[in-house]
Amino acid sequence: MNFLRNQLDNLKRPFAKGEKWERFAPAVNAFDTFLFVPNHTTTKGAHIRDAVDLKRTMVTVILALMPALFYGIYNTGYQHFIQLGTPFTFMEAFVHGAFKIVPMIIVSYVVGLTIEFAFAVYRGHEVNEGYLVTGMLIPMIMPVDIPLWMVSISVAFAVLIAKEAFGGTGMNILNPALTARAFAFFAYPTYMSGNKVWVSEAGNVDAISGETILGTLAAGQQVNYSLFEMFQGAIPGSIAETSTLWILVGAVILIATGVGSWRIMAGGVLGAAVMGFLFNLWGANALMSFNWMNHLVAGGFAFGIVFMATDPVSAAQTTKGKWIYGILVGIFCIMIRVFNPAYPEGVMLAILLMNVFAPTIDHYVIQSNVNKRKKRWATSQLKTA
Amino acid sequence: MSKGIRTRKGATISLNGEAEKIIKEYTSSSSVAIQPDDFFAMTPKLLVKEGTVVEKGAPIFFDKNKPEIQFVSPVAGKLTQVLRGAKRKILALVLTPEGDKAVKHKTTQWEKLNREEAIRLLLDSGNWPFLGQRPYGVVANPKADPKALFISTFASAPLEVDFDFLLKNNKEEFQRGINFLSKLVPEIFLSAEASFGGFFENIENATYVPVKGQHPVGNLSVQIHQLAPLNMGETVWTIRPEDVVNIGVFLETGEFSAQRTVAVAGSAVGAPQYIKTIIGTQLSELLDQAEVDQNLANRYINGDVLSGTATTENGYLGYFNNLVTVIPEGNEYRIFGWLPFLDNHIPSLSKTSLAWLFGKKKFDVNTNLNGEERALVVTGEMERVFPMDIFPMQLIKACMTGDIEKMEALGIYEVVPEDFGLVDYVNTSKIEAQEIIKDALTLMIKEVG
Repeated sequence: MNFLRNQLDNLKRPFAKGEKWERFAPAVNAFDTFLFVPNHTTTKGAHIRDAVDLKRTMVTVILALMPALFYGIYNTGYQHFIQLGTPFTFMEAFVHGAFKIVPMIIVSYVVGLTIEFAFAVYRGHEVNEGYLVTGMLIPMIMPVDIPLWMVSISVAFAVLIAKEAFGGTGMNILNPALTARAFAFFAYPTYMSGNKVWVSEAGNVDAISGETILGTLAAGQQVNYSLFEMFQGAIPGSIAETSTLWILVGAVILIATGVGSWRIMAGGVLGAAVMGFLFNLWGANALMSFNWMNHLVAGGFAFGIVFMATDPVSAAQTTKGKWIYGILVGIFCIMIRVFNPAYPEGVMLAILLMNVFAPTIDHYVIQSNVNKRKKRWATSQLKTA
Repeated sequence: MSKGIRTRKGATISLNGEAEKIIKEYTSSSSVAIQPDDFFAMTPKLLVKEGTVVEKGAPIFFDKNKPEIQFVSPVAGKLTQVLRGAKRKILALVLTPEGDKAVKHKTTQWEKLNREEAIRLLLDSGNWPFLGQRPYGVVANPKADPKALFISTFASAPLEVDFDFLLKNNKEEFQRGINFLSKLVPEIFLSAEASFGGFFENIENATYVPVKGQHPVGNLSVQIHQLAPLNMGETVWTIRPEDVVNIGVFLETGEFSAQRTVAVAGSAVGAPQYIKTIIGTQLSELLDQAEVDQNLANRYINGDVLSGTATTENGYLGYFNNLVTVIPEGNEYRIFGWLPFLDNHIPSLSKTSLAWLFGKKKFDVNTNLNGEERALVVTGEMERVFPMDIFPMQLIKACMTGDIEKMEALGIYEVVPEDFGLVDYVNTSKIEAQEIIKDALTLMIKEVG
């Protein structure tokens, strides 16, 4: 370890203050701090600090994403072979999926991190770890056959417009990963919806039945999957959103470590369940009669509410605000699903919409605290007067 | 007796090196110093020149903005050095004790004094700076009309002292001090740990407040917030328990009393213990007494690990603190230290570490930042350790932008930097909240007053 440390210190010498490549120090530091937690000590404020830092937090989120990702990789192969009608083993399915998805992840990280590093050097601050999660999320919510260049353009759009334009990590209004998907959704609609995009290499098969459940419903057709199949996840859909089961494992990791807000998740499920139930009672069309429990396991709702809505930067920041935000995400998600057949999946738009309103929610929560204080001041002045 | 205070928010960080309950006397210090920075936002103006010999209790400087407040020498001796920093700012007035001459005040009739006379006596004798004032945590303004005086005997920060033990031989003086102080304010709130109030429970002329909860529940801000929340334009006064005793001693003897009993604690201390000494004693002598290896790279802290002031082994005891903490510095690398669930020897309130599994264990800590400063990303973690009806993160952001109106609305009048000690500690982004609040309070004093 000491040897490695010394080598690193030697390598870093030209990047030190006042040296030739000082400007590029953030880029080198990003790699260095990835290996070693730096030897920085406290100078101001509390003399001791918690072991947690942003790297640890972000890595925990990535850990929580892993079950859903691995299942997504398997499911990609599974859907492919099922539609082809050829027999296959678990390994074959997994390898097929990995060949599709790993390149997407690589492209997402390379493009996104390049932009992040460039901005860090340009602005002279350290590289923030936020993109580690965003870069993983983006491929996970894309259809499997989307061309890699579309992935890279979506990533560039998300990082530049949704994040850096607002000042970088911690300042963005919209969730960058969802922005990437929304961009792809509106820029390349033929690659993002329909009945051929959800199954890998579906173009080779003639009689494909690879429509997502919500897509099927929106088209007014019968759904052939049971509640358990939807929950377990062997259904067509974006790469990692199909299995509610493995997403729940991720949710447990996020809640147990305190990294993801359980209030937002609980609020979201509550909002969606109530809204779905109300529509069940109304029951005017197929989507309205779609059982409220199915709403919770079908489509990207589970993935969205667990991994996207809980992004602390774009969500509401106050405790009360988190409940309101979560509930509204749930309500709007089901509402968009039911009322707008052009967008069979509502969770993306519901979260983006609530991202925009999160500061407003927080404003009113904080304002009520401020008003309470001002009222107290007013009564105390009455007493003394 | 008040119905008491109970908070659920907060945290206990158990550290190794708690002071053993024995008090050793150490009063023969060879160097003593008063550091003006111990009095927030006060600009000192010297009354004596370097080399002057002063009596104990003789004024040596006063507050430039409130000249009636003067600060006296805790010992009889010679002002050997005025340490100055950037822009000739006075950092410390170093005195070398010699002789035992002391300024005498007439205090035998103290029971008959009215409020103005009592204030006058405290001002003239140099006891006034013991009184603090909220908002801002400055030295009390003698012209203010405070709604109450607050004393917290529950020091809840890590390794903090037990005041019931520390003042066990000073019950009489404490009561006398309280009796005197009750002339100044309509009400005195005296708080103590609910499970064991000790002799504080039986003190007269004060409202006893049992307090239950984790740090920072012992902080005065939290208690004031619950008992008599500060509104705009209001003030309350504060005083530390041992300074009540100092006033009690002064009333009896007529001489300024600079008694200061400190616990020298922390994992780098060989024999952590209580030492009875005087305000401003040079630390090196206390550290020798407590068997601290001063050749090691240690962090010497006047106060607790969360909100204390860093100093050196040759530094001086602060004016107000009853605790000196010594912990090792942490300028070392940890390979892959950012991996969750590893390095559980570092205390952590986050569940991304398994340190919580060892909840009962006591931790060794060092001063490593355990990461680097980042943008504020994670939400909700500051609120968990902030037991006031205030939004800490929003207040910090308002302070960073210097928006006075917003700071007022979000509750800047009710906080002092030490309340953000745990916020500093827990936050993932390694933001220095105490520093931000301190700057904001300086701005408030300048702009609002």
